[in-house]
Amino acid sequence: MLKFIMDILSVPAVLIGIVSFIGLVAQKKSTSDTIKGTIKTVMGVLVLSGGAGLAVGAITHFGTMFQQGFGITGVVPHNEAIVGMALKEYGTQTAYIMAFGMVANVLIARFTPLKFIFLTGHHTLYMACMIGIILTVGGLTGIEMIAVGAVVLGFIMALFPAIAHPVMKKITGSDDVAFGHFGTVGYVFAAWIGKIAGNKAQTTEDIHFPQGLTFLRDSSIAISLVMLVLFLIVAVACGPLYVETELSGGQHFLVFAFLQAITFAAGVYIILAGVRLILAEIVPAFTGIATSLVPNAKPAIDCPVVYPYAPNAVLIGFLSSFVGGILGMGILLALDTPVNPIPIILPSVVPHFFCGATAGVFANATGGLRGCVLGAMAHGLLITFLPLLLMPVMGDLGFANTTFSDADFCVVGTILGNVIGALQ
Amino acid sequence: MKILVCCGSGLGSSFMMEMNIKKALAEMGVEGEVSHCDLSSAAGNKSDIYVGTRDIAMELTGLGGVVVSLSNMIDKEEMKEKLAAAIREVQAKA
Repeated sequence: MLKFIMDILSVPAVLIGIVSFIGLVAQKKSTSDTIKGTIKTVMGVLVLSGGAGLAVGAITHFGTMFQQGFGITGVVPHNEAIVGMALKEYGTQTAYIMAFGMVANVLIARFTPLKFIFLTGHHTLYMACMIGIILTVGGLTGIEMIAVGAVVLGFIMALFPAIAHPVMKKITGSDDVAFGHFGTVGYVFAAWIGKIAGNKAQTTEDIHFPQGLTFLRDSSIAISLVMLVLFLIVAVACGPLYVETELSGGQHFLVFAFLQAITFAAGVYIILAGVRLILAEIVPAFTGIATSLVPNAKPAIDCPVVYPYAPNAVLIGFLSSFVGGILGMGILLALDTPVNPIPIILPSVVPHFFCGATAGVFANATGGLRGCVLGAMAHGLLITFLPLLLMPVMGDLGFANTTFSDADFCVVGTILGNVIGALQ
Repeated sequence: MKILVCCGSGLGSSFMMEMNIKKALAEMGVEGEVSHCDLSSAAGNKSDIYVGTRDIAMELTGLGGVVVSLSNMIDKEEMKEKLAAAIREVQAKA
């Protein structure tokens, strides 16, 4: 019996299912809705781990080929890939920290001046996972780990929207809605660069910018295309002999590269489907409960909330951030020496496109067109260098060929990891 | 009536809009099935109405449904007005 209870409380799928079950019961949903919602949530975790297998397999091939071709470690930061990889080992920690972190967010919004409720559920999940990794690697366990993790998560869920809010008010022209996406440090940094280097007189929205690149907003397509370029480069660098004898089982090396690139995108697609199932019940429950308990709090919403305010800045922002990522990679390559090898952070498409776009909108609000270009480019450089600080505090996962990508994950993880390291 | 809300990765903002649309439908007294997804999946998900913010709405045209393009995803009045118009259009077709 004890074993049964312990197994229930340590299996992430079941645990997250219980969180969703509690949310459904608290909302007084019908029995059939409660059963349906709980099963879907459990299924979400299992779907996610299925996708993780695909994505991790492809990115590991990429890492092997990069190492073979260039003699250095290549890292493609990607939240979904690293979370998928980490949930296998850190799923229990993630589930507890996420559940109690949301409670902490409500309490902080209720009793402190940080009146923000963080509604971007997938980022709550990823951040809970990141905090779980850092705390576990730092030596915390059990209730201590859950308590520290939940307080940290709840606090940053309220704090980061507060940091973004001054610029957010400029973008939306209102005080009603807050911004909730864990790239805030990058966006505020871009807005600051925009302010000092930009010129508000000409905004991005005054110019005519071709909208033909909008199809890249479809993340599966964007991931496939950019990974295709990266895979073809490493495949050529390795040469056909290595790829065909060591990795592809005889398949032509370019065909292998092509299929692996799209396999990675397919893995991410499945992970996202899993995340969607996991959150389908938890986010509405959290939203309903939080907004009724703290009615004067502002809802902090995912980054695309700012996109319609400046569609040109979205496209200019992601291109500029991507250029920043390429420049940053060039700098790392120049700094890398045989004596002091550093991992090379490659420009990963999702953070540059989503966070870069958001950085562009923020920097346009403070510095117009010039601010948007320079601010988003600075953001691209920032998210290329930040993972280098995070990876050393992530234990074994710090050696993976992928890592967390958005600015706040790197900032929170680096600070938390080093504080724990210093305390012990 | 099937309504599909889309955004770039189908996680956050489309989900927020879905929750607001469900509320709006209840207020309008319209029966409807609302779900959210990413742009890649939109084509394989036949719906009567596709909803997206104005920066991606053009990607939703040609899928066979009425497209609602929102200039502000949190403006409930705009959403309700455009949704009501789209519902009338779907009902007129039927």
